[in-house]
Amino acid sequence: MPQRISWLVLAFLAVFTGIACAEPQVLRRGNQLEPESLDPHRARGAEAANILRDLYEGLTRAAPDGSIVPGVAERWEVSEDGRRYLFYLRDDARWSNGDPVTAEDFVFGLRRSVAPDTASPYAKSLGVIVNATAVLAGERAPETLGVAALDQRTLEIRLAQPAPYLVAMLAHHSTYPVHRDSVERHGERFTRPGNHVSNGAYALADWQVNTLIRLERNPHYWDADAVRIDTVYYYPISDEEAEFNRFRAGELDVTQTIPVRRFEWLRANMPESLRVAPYLSTYFYGFNLHKPPFRDAPGLRRALELAVDKELIAEKVLGRGELPAYSLTPPGIAGYRSPEPDYATWPMEKRIAEARRLYAAAGYSGDKPLEVEIRYNTGDTHHHVALAIANMWKRHLGVKTRLVHEEWRVFLQNRRQAELTQVFRAGWVGDYNDPHTFLQLMHSASGINDYGYRNEEYDRLLDAAAQETDAKRRMQLMRQAEAVLLEDHAILPLYVYVSKHLVNPRLGGWQDNLLDHHASRDLYFKD
Amino acid sequence: MTRFLLRRLLAAIPTLFALVTLAFFLVRFAPGGPFDDERALPPEIEERLNARYHLDAPLWQQYLHYLGNLLRGDLGPSFQYRDYSVNELIAAGLPASMLIGSLAMLLALALGIATGSIAALNRHRWQDHLVMSLSMTGISVPNYVMAPLLVLLFAVTLDWLPAGGWNDAAPANLLLPVIVLALPQTAYIARMMRASLAEVLSSDYIRTARAKGLGMRAIILRHAMKPALQPIVSWLGPTAAAVLTGSVVVEQIFGIPGVGRFFVQGALNRDYTLVLGIALFYGALIVAFNLIVDLLYAALDPRVRYR
Repeated sequence: MPQRISWLVLAFLAVFTGIACAEPQVLRRGNQLEPESLDPHRARGAEAANILRDLYEGLTRAAPDGSIVPGVAERWEVSEDGRRYLFYLRDDARWSNGDPVTAEDFVFGLRRSVAPDTASPYAKSLGVIVNATAVLAGERAPETLGVAALDQRTLEIRLAQPAPYLVAMLAHHSTYPVHRDSVERHGERFTRPGNHVSNGAYALADWQVNTLIRLERNPHYWDADAVRIDTVYYYPISDEEAEFNRFRAGELDVTQTIPVRRFEWLRANMPESLRVAPYLSTYFYGFNLHKPPFRDAPGLRRALELAVDKELIAEKVLGRGELPAYSLTPPGIAGYRSPEPDYATWPMEKRIAEARRLYAAAGYSGDKPLEVEIRYNTGDTHHHVALAIANMWKRHLGVKTRLVHEEWRVFLQNRRQAELTQVFRAGWVGDYNDPHTFLQLMHSASGINDYGYRNEEYDRLLDAAAQETDAKRRMQLMRQAEAVLLEDHAILPLYVYVSKHLVNPRLGGWQDNLLDHHASRDLYFKD
Repeated sequence: MTRFLLRRLLAAIPTLFALVTLAFFLVRFAPGGPFDDERALPPEIEERLNARYHLDAPLWQQYLHYLGNLLRGDLGPSFQYRDYSVNELIAAGLPASMLIGSLAMLLALALGIATGSIAALNRHRWQDHLVMSLSMTGISVPNYVMAPLLVLLFAVTLDWLPAGGWNDAAPANLLLPVIVLALPQTAYIARMMRASLAEVLSSDYIRTARAKGLGMRAIILRHAMKPALQPIVSWLGPTAAAVLTGSVVVEQIFGIPGVGRFFVQGALNRDYTLVLGIALFYGALIVAFNLIVDLLYAALDPRVRYR
């Protein structure tokens, strides 16, 4: 009897919802490139991350405004020393095939993410978990990783050092759980439609390589009632102009980017579709500190930085809402205020006068000018920026600048070898909302040493921050570290990137946010 | 005939072998590797990846390894698209590439022969000038300019056709890419057809035919067309190659899921196996096409025999 009633209720619900949403909501998103993989532990790049955020849900997730909110974990506790986290999972969390999502699934996922055989590009960022580094190096078995399922719904993560950014990091796809059965049954083919089982708001329905990826709502998702978009299409459209045209022709609801040259036109003609917001990222120039003329020459580096009119570059060369940058960390990071160098408030005349003094003190003059090279990867924006800077250096100091541009991978290799480079383009996008994701870059042990920066004080402050359990104190230490970095003029920050999209004005729920994360589950069509 | 075919097929093997060898070493000379990124991989991970894809062995060993797999028909895994093998990726791109490629060739042939003939038959009159100036435009406007122009006109302004996408090869989605791909070839064929037909028409045997009192229509269709088409047929080989390379651009712009897009991405990403696999595939296609052209040529010209 109770069964019959529930069938009745179901039938009623089906009819009712059928009437209520007569037309299924279909969202069509431009996504630039074909994702490298839909395996959350192997994927890399924004294209894959966009899709994985719809398919999966981590212990935490980003809300539409970018803030971190509970995901599969409904709450968590942190031990006093900041090294032991207990996550309590929702009991209604389900995989897209109906299986419950358990703490074991997360243990399996995290071990897999760190296991050297997986070769996850983000494995290193999980290095704070106990034994992660040893597992990654192949010295210990993945089973020794500091994660454990205390019961079906309680997950323990033990850390080698306090890491308040862990909670934000757990929204990243490298920490997602994977469905053990499908991974073990299908091996590398578990990401194919039909084999793929996910635990997010959507499930993979179709994947036509280089054509489209179709997601359908996951009926078993714990918060399925709040999901309004029924079907999501991701189209890989690498040509910006083509993506723009397809949006204008009404074939896309969201674009991944906007062609630079169309900006003025869009501002005048389609302002209601234009979404531009500061992005958790910085565009800067690096100095090759391994070699002269920049090795042991902080004065010269300061002169070159002072002679650059960053406001002019942000407003006139770029002009799409970019902000001038005076620090490695962009503004807006929760709980953090970037240090401001002394000259940031100086008028340009004062900066130039000081730059000239320092330039002369470094031994250069009109007769004996500095001859320097700016190296960047091929691209219109990079070229315009380099041109403007070379011009400023020439006008204010008399520096002779050579511009060299190279294809991306050639450029990366030259940068890494640090043999040819002098001044070179660099950029960094934060993985999570914390200064650590930027500042670790310049630590002498970071492994990305294209700059050759090594300052014991900087390392010491960052290491101290890593051991600090008090959040406020930790931020202070990092701020001090960044101040050291800026005083050394090891890099030349130029501007803060913006995220730029065209968004169908009928689409609701879109909020600009620092991480540029826009999960389809939070979007809906207004009618 | 069978012996001729067999011999030509055997002769293709050293050609393709040379192509694979050259391409294998050429892609390795490009600086940078498949796993480079601004966010550098941890060295231990890069080591693992290199080991998995045999990139840690000496280059000659990698080459032999690749040849060995090739003989078994295995083009290897893609470095970039980690969920797929190169065989799978080429198979996925093949239908779309072949479809727009062959449609573009057919269109170019039909349109080129027709307009070229009209121009030849109306030499130095307005029809001739129109065809010749249009074909000049077709040759000189590159496809990456033509494609956005047509999209702007037909998709954005007039809203008659979709701006891109595949949509399971719907005719509306095929129209613009096929036209863009066919235009330059149409132009070449039209110019060639005009010159060739004009030359044939001024030859002695045509004069004889006219002297016999044959109608112009019969002369053209029965006597002039066949020899006039010969240069067009020999041009088909290069046309096929041009359509293939042109499709690389057209696929990017119209979002067509063909092989050409993988070629571009593969080269940019140093996806060695993917680039090699597609180069080999293109090579085989061109070899096959030239063989077909030779067979056709013999059918058109009685002086040519399979030997």
